[in-house]
Amino acid sequence: MIIYFLILLLFAVGLYGLLSQRNLVKLIISMSILECAADLLLIAAGWRANGSAPVIAAGQDAGQFALSSVDPLPQAMVLVSIAIGLALLLLLTAIALRLYHEYGTYDIGEIRRLRG
Amino acid sequence: MPELLTLLLVFMIIAAILAIESEDLTSAVVSMGAVGFGLSVCFILLRAPEVALAQIVVEVVVLIVLLRGIVSVKPKTGPEKPDRTGLYLGVVLVGLLLVLSVYVAGEFPQLGEPSFARFPDSAGETYLKQGLALTGAANSVAAVLLDFRGLDSLGEVAVLFAALLGVMLLVRKNPRLEIKVEAESGPNGAPVEKGAAKVSEGEPK
Repeated sequence: MIIYFLILLLFAVGLYGLLSQRNLVKLIISMSILECAADLLLIAAGWRANGSAPVIAAGQDAGQFALSSVDPLPQAMVLVSIAIGLALLLLLTAIALRLYHEYGTYDIGEIRRLRG
Repeated sequence: MPELLTLLLVFMIIAAILAIESEDLTSAVVSMGAVGFGLSVCFILLRAPEVALAQIVVEVVVLIVLLRGIVSVKPKTGPEKPDRTGLYLGVVLVGLLLVLSVYVAGEFPQLGEPSFARFPDSAGETYLKQGLALTGAANSVAAVLLDFRGLDSLGEVAVLFAALLGVMLLVRKNPRLEIKVEAESGPNGAPVEKGAAKVSEGEPK
């Protein structure tokens, strides 16, 4: 229970950063922290106490394996999510760099002022 | 095990607060790296080795990319006035989220009892039972990614490709300037590269 609450606290820290910060790099970092919390929540939901990694040993019975392993489905989904998170961060950083070259600042308030 | 996980999570939360609140962008990026590497240790503790490996690789790339993003940033000149509206909105919304999360955390299934174990013939159990027989992969995660849910992986690759196309469009030299110089240089297209470099150098800062 305390684990779930701490993961949600991490999520809240990321959300706070996303809402309160004005620097584009800080916003990207907050987004990344949000992603970390979501991934960890999914993996924690599929964890089995004293379970094994979802890799079947040679000669192990499949039915026995299904009773002792952690859930492979959230792990597969989190793997996809991590790769997509990397693509998202690359795109966001490219946009931020482009904005920096155009306006000479990472501050979103400053960028809005310079545009008008 | 949950005690170690709790300690790691507290460490990650402190690093996340440091990353968000620190004045210096370099220390913010390094603190975010601490969050990411702590996350990969959490994955190892939760018996997800592939995810932990992927997380380490991704975190290294993220650190390099973000450091590239802040390496040319000039130090701020004037004192920055904080954005009060965003700050108050953030505090209110995060407080609301925390109050709700106390209830939500109570509704979650007990940690250590995966929800798939309570339902017979759930997807996760089927993958575990029949993964080896149907796909020949000893690793159930690989069996799910590459076989049972191969179309998901195809979509993931499509998203990665689209994102990289966007990055390539964004990080090249100003396309409009290059086109203009190319048009001016006429038929003997040799000086195009030189001209483009000159124009982009003379670009107003």
